Amino acid sequence: MLKDQDRIFTNLYGIHDWKLAGAKSRGVWDNTKALIEMGQDGIIDAMKESGLRGRGGAGFPTGLKWSFMPKESDGRPSYLVVNADESEPGTCKDREIMRFDPHRLLEGCLVAGFAMRAVAAYIYIRGEFVQEAINLEIAIQEAYDDGLIGKNASGSGYDFDIYLHRGAGAYICGEETALIESLEGNKGQPRLKPPFPANVGVWGCPSTVNNVESIAVAPEILRRGEGWFSGLGRPNNTGTKLFCISGHVNKPCNVEEEMGIPLKELIEKHAGGVRGGWDNLLAVIPGGSSVPLLPKDICDDILMDFDSLRDAQSGLGTAAVIVMDKSTDVIRAIERLSHFYKHESCGQCTPCREGTGWMWRVMQRLVSGDAEVEEIDMLINVSKRIEGHTICALGDAAAWPIQGLVRHFRPVIEERIKSRKASKAA
Amino acid sequence: MSQVIETGKAFEFTAENVEKAKKFIARYPDGRQQSAVMPLLDLAQRQNENWLSKEAIEYVGNFLDVPYMRVLEVATFYTMYNLKPVGKYFLQLCRTTPCWLRGSDDLEAVCKNKLGITNGETSEDGMFSLLEVECLGACVNAPVVQINDDFYEDLNGENFEAVLDKLASGDVPPKGPQIDRINSAPEGGPTTLLEKTEGA
Repeated sequence: MLKDQDRIFTNLYGIHDWKLAGAKSRGVWDNTKALIEMGQDGIIDAMKESGLRGRGGAGFPTGLKWSFMPKESDGRPSYLVVNADESEPGTCKDREIMRFDPHRLLEGCLVAGFAMRAVAAYIYIRGEFVQEAINLEIAIQEAYDDGLIGKNASGSGYDFDIYLHRGAGAYICGEETALIESLEGNKGQPRLKPPFPANVGVWGCPSTVNNVESIAVAPEILRRGEGWFSGLGRPNNTGTKLFCISGHVNKPCNVEEEMGIPLKELIEKHAGGVRGGWDNLLAVIPGGSSVPLLPKDICDDILMDFDSLRDAQSGLGTAAVIVMDKSTDVIRAIERLSHFYKHESCGQCTPCREGTGWMWRVMQRLVSGDAEVEEIDMLINVSKRIEGHTICALGDAAAWPIQGLVRHFRPVIEERIKSRKASKAA
Repeated sequence: MSQVIETGKAFEFTAENVEKAKKFIARYPDGRQQSAVMPLLDLAQRQNENWLSKEAIEYVGNFLDVPYMRVLEVATFYTMYNLKPVGKYFLQLCRTTPCWLRGSDDLEAVCKNKLGITNGETSEDGMFSLLEVECLGACVNAPVVQINDDFYEDLNGENFEAVLDKLASGDVPPKGPQIDRINSAPEGGPTTLLEKTEGA
């Protein structure tokens, strides 16, 4: 188990003062100037060496992403955009950072923004997080008043602003180009890439969009050294991670743990175990609703990191662990997710707009059993025609939970159809 | 059916909200005032009993010098803009899988049996409106209902009824977990962050 001294989010549960004085006592804003003195290349190299991979779901190397930003301006300013639109079902970690440790995020904005030569950071927070936005606004004002950001931020000679932008209820705005559209005051409909945001992002300027957790851990990595971070976890899957454990466990919770912790250990040590004991486990969605579920036999010894979960045909995603015990109607659990994606499709691409609704309607019939067994294959076929055929990954995200369900629970679906037919015939 | 309701009553920001609106606009680069459409719609909604009339949407467009259609597109795309009047207490009940696994169906039943409302309806006395929403992002405290700006967490049929009773009687019950628990820490106390660390 990770030692407390290696934990970054020391106010995860909001037990201590979240404001500036409390944050400083936890080591936030401790000689930030020295981090900036590492220089842009020094910071980016250290981030690359640390092995940090993006904490928003895709797992792209953070240092590498920062290095894509232009080193010399062609007259356009560059921007850091923080993706705080946390909406992936199961995920509730960035919320804790923003309401209980906002200064950690703000310090990260300055350091990351400097490394990518940005003039300002825009934090895009989901609209429902009203209290979190209030805390962040207070923290931003505190940081300005204390000279930590703004002109000559933290005495570094670098000028840097931070602004908050509240969303208004749209999952799709967690997709980076939809977020940029929304920040510009438009409907949140994703853009075709290329051009990538690092060339043409918000207001036509070079931009990098990073998840809250990725930005918030950066100063601590630089302060303690990239070797400290890369020494935790496994190669290519380094560091610590916030896990959200929800569903059928005795004590649902958020916890910061080492990457690569066994799923079973994570659930039993921190979440009080599966309701009714480990043997009562049916399945786990290991990384937020978009990743395929895993049946119990895989859960027995799977490790919680990017590569292990990918090898099991699932993914770490946002590390939101949704646990289902044997009382769960697993078809209905996935039907609910299908409804989610239908509701959240932005309507821009036909395969997603039409397909998510079509899949949901079939899923509803699979729940009641009013279907033909052949329709299971048809459903998979249609899901493959959505996956990879849309501008953004929402189409993929809608397809994967259904594919995972059929891969692991086809007999349950077939049985329901058969028993429904039998009861109708009787 | 028109998507927006024309009330026949003019809308304009209060003096205080004009100042707030100017501050929002100042957050964005010069000439990019369209970026302020979302904060200004929110401001208008808060001034207008939690919903946006056609006049309010037009006003925001005029305030920002952005065509009405651009503002309407935004107002109709995002779910948090209410395009019809809602009750004093706007209940947003999460029904996505993590909340459903923890009993969101029971909360739906409370709304139906106690308040007499289902998804999209407002109670006869105008006190409560119910909207079933997708994931609110507080999944380890499921099931969750957002009431106006606040999250009520770790609900069950019983404590949800208690929250509604308090609201009906004019009290505002404490937000957050409705069981004995510290925020998102495990019930019974944290399993981590127990060592005395500097400053903690």
